[in-house]
Amino acid sequence: MSQTVASQTEYNYKVVRQFAIMTVIWGIVGMSIGVLIAAQLAWPALNFDTPWLTYSRLRPLHTNAVIFAFGTSALFATSYYVVQRTCQTRLLSDKLAAFTFWGWQLVIVLAVITLPLGITSSKEYAELEWPIDILIAVVWVTYAVVFMGTIAKRKVSHIYVANWFYAGFIITVAVLHIVNSMAVPVSLTKSYSIYAGAVDAMVQWWYGHNAVGFLLTAGFLGMMYYFVPKQAGRPVYSYRLSVVHFWALVSLYIWAGPHHLHYTALPDWTQSLGMVMSIILFVPSWGGMINGIMTLSGAWHKLRTDPVLRFLVVSLSFYGMSTFEGPMMAIKSVNALSHYTDWTVGHVHSGALGWVAMISIGAIYHLIPALFSQGRMYSVKLVNTHFWLHTVGVVLYIVAMWISGVMQGLMWRAVNADGTLMYSFVQSLQASHPFYVMRFLGGVFIVAGMLVMAYNVYRTISAKNDSLKLDAQAQLA
Amino acid sequence: MDYGTYRGILTLVILVLFIVIVVWAYSKRSKTRFKDAANAIFEDEEKHNKTISNEEKGSEK
Repeated sequence: MSQTVASQTEYNYKVVRQFAIMTVIWGIVGMSIGVLIAAQLAWPALNFDTPWLTYSRLRPLHTNAVIFAFGTSALFATSYYVVQRTCQTRLLSDKLAAFTFWGWQLVIVLAVITLPLGITSSKEYAELEWPIDILIAVVWVTYAVVFMGTIAKRKVSHIYVANWFYAGFIITVAVLHIVNSMAVPVSLTKSYSIYAGAVDAMVQWWYGHNAVGFLLTAGFLGMMYYFVPKQAGRPVYSYRLSVVHFWALVSLYIWAGPHHLHYTALPDWTQSLGMVMSIILFVPSWGGMINGIMTLSGAWHKLRTDPVLRFLVVSLSFYGMSTFEGPMMAIKSVNALSHYTDWTVGHVHSGALGWVAMISIGAIYHLIPALFSQGRMYSVKLVNTHFWLHTVGVVLYIVAMWISGVMQGLMWRAVNADGTLMYSFVQSLQASHPFYVMRFLGGVFIVAGMLVMAYNVYRTISAKNDSLKLDAQAQLA
Repeated sequence: MDYGTYRGILTLVILVLFIVIVVWAYSKRSKTRFKDAANAIFEDEEKHNKTISNEEKGSEK
């Protein structure tokens, strides 16, 4: 009896814990596959002439695993945590929340099975075939119901800004996924998109870029607006700026997709519009970054002692870097050099490993002790070790790709006096080889960091109840 | 109204809307409300602690 009363006034942390732990596990899986395919690009023999081990099948598995398994699990965990704590109410429904957890894990397992088998719709970041797409849509709509329903029954009048970002991300991803995945099935494992030609390309990149803009940006900005102030122990630098940040970001991002299709069959005016919108996007992006970093103003010294805060703040620096780089690469003349080269790959990873992964890792390090009744992580030193492994890994990765990418772009466009190409494709590939080895090394650093994290999380969870908490209090006293 | 005019007007409407949001966000009236909102994330520690302690009691049973 007392249990039922209690369960209505308190928070549902079970689903948060489940997603938080799966974030770490899927992070290791997704990033390890990334390291494998990075190694394959340097040493092609590593596919062992096995179809399901080839780069073409594992690359979509890598992107799906890091974006939808690692990143999205982190978003599920943090959004369920933040919405409860800032609305001071329990999730709308424990059953529906549990359904989103198990449903989402099923989606991931199905991806792990179908993608190596070569079952794919061939749309980038939307490779999963139609039965899985339907499952995603059902889980996602349930997620929206749980999240919005929890906001609707909040015990406080104001809806905290993090929830606006999370809600924007959830609603937009539902729309993107459903519209882009429209297809005519011809069998259980094969379907054809209902769109054709340039329209198909535009719908695909409207989806693709807004997956970046809403899933990988707005969602993680929601995370930033809760965990940065919380970990720093002070309110966000400017709440007013955060309000303007939200509306500016969500109204601009949706138009930036065409920059993926410069110099293609897409109408010229659409390309130019996409370019202009992408450049303007720099403003709200940096507004948000400044708002996050300045939250530490007056408390910079905390960065010296708190590696969790360092993860969060350095993630914002990478966010600033990639949201400067992105608009620049969207300029048509820059894009003429950068497109189809490794520069794009470097840009994506500066966003994905620098911004998305680091803010998620920081948030998980904040969450684990809070959720498992421990005052702190088992080892703060190991958090610091992870921070440096990850940072070194990301820098190795993006520097390698910058050099390789710009070099490729220059070699591909170089022409002799008679108009013939100066270099063959293979020559540019040979020139890139050392940088592919360097990228592989960067990846090894990052996965090593994730393994350190897994060990630290395991030791924190399995520590005797409160033993770390007492320890933490003793240190404070 | 032709398509071009319609888009032009829509652009203006959105620009005005954006200016309204900025003015509203930075108005004096919103100042205290937003200050309270920014601090709200520190106000539910009790509920958090209660959740954790009740869960622990539950698991000891």
